[in-house]
This record gives sequence, structure tokens and C-alpha cells, in this order.
Amino acid sequence: MAVFTAQKEHFSFLNLNWREKMKNLLTLSKKMMLVAAALTLSVIAPVLASAETIKIGAILAVTGPASFLGGPEARTLEMLADQLNQQGGLNGNKVELVIKDSGANPEKAISFAKQLIEEEKVFAIIGPSTSGETMKIKNIAEEGKTILMSCAAAEVIVNPVAKYVFKTPQKDSHAAQKIFETMKEMGITKIAVLSGNTGFGNAGKDQLLKSAPEFGIDVLISEVYDKKATDLSAVVAKLMANKDIQAVVNWSIVPAQGILAKNMRQAGWDVPLFQSHGFGNIKYVEAGGAAAEGIIFPAGRLLAPDVLPDSNPQKAVLKKYIADYESTYGEQASTFGGHAFDAFKILCKAIAQVGPDKEKVRVAIENMKGFVGTGGVFNFTPEDHNGLGVDAFAMWTVKDGKFTILK
Amino acid sequence: MSLELFTQYLFAGITYGIIYAIVAIGFNIIYNTTGIINFAQGEFVMLGGMLAISLNRVMPMPVAIFFAVLVTMVIGALIEICFIRWLKSPSVLRMIIITIGLSILIREAALHVWGDSVRALPYFIGNEITSVSLFGTKISPQVLWVIGTCSIVVVFLSLFFKFTSLGQEMRACSANRTAATLCGINTKNMVTLSFMLSAGIGALAGCVVSPITYTEYDSGTGLAIKGFTVAIIGGLGNSIGAVAGGLVLGIIEAFSISLVPLAFQDAIAISILLIILFVRPHGLFGSSEAARLKDF
Repeated sequence: MAVFTAQKEHFSFLNLNWREKMKNLLTLSKKMMLVAAALTLSVIAPVLASAETIKIGAILAVTGPASFLGGPEARTLEMLADQLNQQGGLNGNKVELVIKDSGANPEKAISFAKQLIEEEKVFAIIGPSTSGETMKIKNIAEEGKTILMSCAAAEVIVNPVAKYVFKTPQKDSHAAQKIFETMKEMGITKIAVLSGNTGFGNAGKDQLLKSAPEFGIDVLISEVYDKKATDLSAVVAKLMANKDIQAVVNWSIVPAQGILAKNMRQAGWDVPLFQSHGFGNIKYVEAGGAAAEGIIFPAGRLLAPDVLPDSNPQKAVLKKYIADYESTYGEQASTFGGHAFDAFKILCKAIAQVGPDKEKVRVAIENMKGFVGTGGVFNFTPEDHNGLGVDAFAMWTVKDGKFTILK
Repeated sequence: MSLELFTQYLFAGITYGIIYAIVAIGFNIIYNTTGIINFAQGEFVMLGGMLAISLNRVMPMPVAIFFAVLVTMVIGALIEICFIRWLKSPSVLRMIIITIGLSILIREAALHVWGDSVRALPYFIGNEITSVSLFGTKISPQVLWVIGTCSIVVVFLSLFFKFTSLGQEMRACSANRTAATLCGINTKNMVTLSFMLSAGIGALAGCVVSPITYTEYDSGTGLAIKGFTVAIIGGLGNSIGAVAGGLVLGIIEAFSISLVPLAFQDAIAISILLIILFVRPHGLFGSSEAARLKDF
């Protein structure tokens, strides 16, 4: 810009007397100095900044059909980043969060992943919220050598293991295992499986069908329904007609969880209804109303930490997270926000241990043992990038509109 | 197939079918008066449900439903006055694009106002697990409410269009706009009235089905597609045809589960639509001559 102005002035420059010439020269040099200063700062500033802040990216479904996952996750991350920065950051380095709202859209997740890795050059990415999105960006993170701490449930995220990809929610294979263990205790051997046609639903269905024979459980019917289905009474009728079915397992997200429960009880069918660990929010119990009574599902212990004995290491962590979240945002904490909590804390612990070096942090996470999180106690290994076992789950049921541990 | 299973499928099919039929009737009213397919019809259903749920917090349910229907009718009229009235002989394609745009607008506004949580009106009678025994099968009393409301709406509309002067004026508009204007009928107001009527019926449907299907900001889209399918199947503009078409589609969808996996349910509905469009585009109950006279 300064060059253009200089050329314009040059032609009339010769027509001016010497005083005006001096004035123009001074203005010109002022402009050039400003430009030089701006250029220097824009080069120096990022160098200065990167010495001070650690950029952590997040791709979360804050709005859209999975906002019950992404909303609490984003809020938890913001809360934790604020707390951390107020306490001085990680070894003096402040943490800067860059949260992108993918709306549970895998295409957006892909473009945000590329943006965060290539343009923003983040240290690590927390998220995405859903299994479908995570699978789409697994390779991008791996090739970009950027740590990905996913908050999604499907086992295929960490199996086969990718060096840079971790996940904090409990594995859906362990959820299926927990359900089958409980069924064995209840003497149930023949079941029906219903699932919604989402990434989560399909992954869960695969796990259920795969593990059932190991527990001697026979899946008589398996049906997939549209995630936007508004009424399931026809498929309930079909299942009811098969008198051998002793229990139904449903693997979906809202609102199908509530709709199925209502349809089953309205049809007068009393068999036990098992849900996935996606049921762990009291809002779904309210949505299902009286039909939600007696639903059995596995979930982390965040749902009711008070029933834990004081000796349980998770109790203190859970109670503090719930108290902080509810006082900051005025809404009830859910297990989903807890997954983001675990991801952030694990990442920060590793960075605090070995410093902001991607390769060292990756190895540090891989070897982290005994980390007490909201989802359970994590024991990572190079082969196990999830770190949680079946005991991360407790078996819950709904009684009088509240969650209680199943006896 | 036992009698019990048969009846259960039948009632499930009737439930779906009646819901589609009410949306289709909304399509038909506007189509009859103006020749426009209003793709925002599904949004009227959603608005009725959402408004009733919000109003239900401060007033008893029947009053909340009444006001929800009223407000939706006003919104329908406003849409017509702001976006449709001042257009001079628009082409059909232009109108379709405009109504699609309106449906997106309303949906995003609803997302803004109510967020994306899933809500429901309380059941009119009993709660989520009450059921009545009918012909050997158990159904929720809400299903009977849906069937009853739809029947009353269909009867009311038939009487309205046949015997009241206002209804006859609307039919005159649809038969021949110019002749109606020459007879002194204010066609512009007739169009507004048709939007209001359509919106009101959609809103009432939204309130009545909300306990069964839950309501969220984007529940209108799927309903609009199914409702449009049913309107085509029954013959565009034919309300009795819409009800019959709705029942046919709903029952086919319900019984299809006994033969093919549940995942194909929506594919079956769209396949039927395609077959009807190829083989008998004026619908099962429409007349081919009348269809030829209309633009669409």
C-alpha cells in the first residue's frame, strides 16, 4: 500500500515547494515504518505466543442431533481450561482451547480436523463426540501425527490400534459384556436386539451379536430402525408374537430409547428392557415417564457417586466434577461431559509430565496407569488405547424415576 | 399370523396412516385453493406441538392446545401475506422453492427458540403405560384420540366445503380463479384463509400426536415427505383420498415388517410413491381429466 501511495505522490511531488516536499517525505517514512512494524510483529507474535500457550483443539457436536453429547463436552472443556489457566497453566504454559462445532456431521468433522491440524497447528484434538465422525478422521489424525482423544464409544476407534488415537468412553464391547453377564445372572438366554441406524447403533449391534454366543445367549431377532422413527409399535408387535423372547436390548440414541419403552409397555409386554450406556441421563428417564421404570443399562459411576463407598477412588473425582459443573452451568452433569473431562485431564497430566512434545506425550499416555477419571480407572498400554475394563461399568436401573444400582 | 398380531399391525398401521393423512389434508387445502404445494406444511405440525408444550406450562392443556392452534393459524396467515400474496402469477417451480425455503426458515427459528431437546405433551388420558384393550390387542388411548380427531377434522372439512358459503367460495377459487373474481369473491383473502385453515389443522395434528411421537425442532421434515407421498397417492386435492391413501400407506408399512427387515420401512414408502407417480400420477382416487386441466 505504501508503495502505491508513493508512486501517486511522485508525479505531483515535483510541483510542490520544499516545505510540502518535506511533509510528504515524513508522511511517507511514517507509513513505511508502520508497515515494517506490522510485518515484524506478525512474524514475531506467533513465535512469542507458542512459547506461552498450548493450543488444544476440539471437534464436538455442540449443536445438532448429538448435542446431548457435544454440549456438555464443550462446556466441561471450557470449565476445565479456565480452572487450569487460573491455577497458572501447565508448567507456566497457558492452555488455549479451539472448539469447533461439527453438528455431528462427519464431513464437517473431516474439514475441521484438517483445519485444526494444518492451519491452527493444534497440539492435540479432543473429540469428536460421535463414533461415525471419529472413524472418518482417525486416519487424518494418524497421518497428521496429532494426538486424538476421542469422546465416542465404538470399539473400532481403538481396534485396530492407531498410534495417535485414544478414546475415553468405556468400550461398547464391554457394555455388551456387562449386559450379557447380568442376563446370565437373571437366567435369560433368548433375546431380541433392536438398534438405530447410526454409527453408534450399528457398532453396538455388531458387538452384541459377536459376544452373545460366548455367554450362551441366543439372539432370536435383530432389527434396525431409522433413527428418526417416531413409532415402533409395529416392530414391538412382531417381537411380542415370538413367545420365546425373554428380554429386549435396545442400542440407540434419543428419542427412540423412550419411544420403544413406551410402545412396549403400552402393548402390555413386560419383559426386561436393556438399553445401551447412552441412556445415562436423567432427562431420558423423564422423557420415558412411567415407561422408563425398570429399564436396565450399564453406565459409569457418575450417575450416583453417593452410593459408592468412600474408599472408592472415583468418588472424590466424581463429586468434585459434578459440583463444579452444576455450579458453573446450572444443569445436571452427565456421563458424556465426563468423557471430555477424562480426555482433557489425561492429556494435561501427560503434558505436565513430559512437556509439550507430541511424541513424548503420546508415549506418556500409552504408559499411564491408574488414572482415576469419571469413566473409571484408566490403565493404558501400547495395545490398549482405551484403558478401561468391564469393571468401569456398573449396572443401573430406574426406580421411582431415579437411577439406582441394580441388585 | 395370529389374530392378535394381525390386529396389532393393523392398529400400528392406522396410527401411522392417520398422522400422514392429516398432514396430507393440509397439503390438499392449500393446493385446492392456490395450486401451490406448501412444503412448509410439516413445520405447521411441529409448531403446533412445540407451542402447545410451551403454553402448557402456564395454562391447562386444552387451553394451551387452543392457543397453539390459534397462533399457528396466525403464523400461516402471516406467511401467506408476507411471502405469497404479492407475487404476480408465479410459476409452480418458483412457489415450491419459496415454500421449501420457508420450511427451512421456520425450522431454524424453532431451533433458536426451543433448542434441540426432545419434548412431548403429556398424554391426554393416563400416562406412558396406560393402554386399553381393543379387539384383543392393547393400544394407548392416545391412538384413539388421534383417530377421533382426524375423523372429526375430515367430517368438518367436508361439511365446510359443501355447505358453508365460505367453503364454496374457496372451491370456486380453485375451480376458476378469474371467474371467482368476477363473481365478487375476494380471491386474495381466500388464499390467506386456506393457509390459515391448513396451518390450524396441522397444528391440531401436531398437538394430538406429540405424546406418541415426541416433538423436536426438525420433526416436521419427515412428516412433510410422508404427508406429500400420501397426498399424491390419494390424488392431489382429494381429502377423502388423502385419508384413504394414508391408511393404505400406513398399513402397508406396518405389515411390511412381517416380511422384510424394519430398516426398509421408509424405502417401501418412497417406492410406493414412485410406482404411483409412474403408473397413475393422478393418484388412486383422483380423476385423470381433472389432473390434466391443472398445471401441476
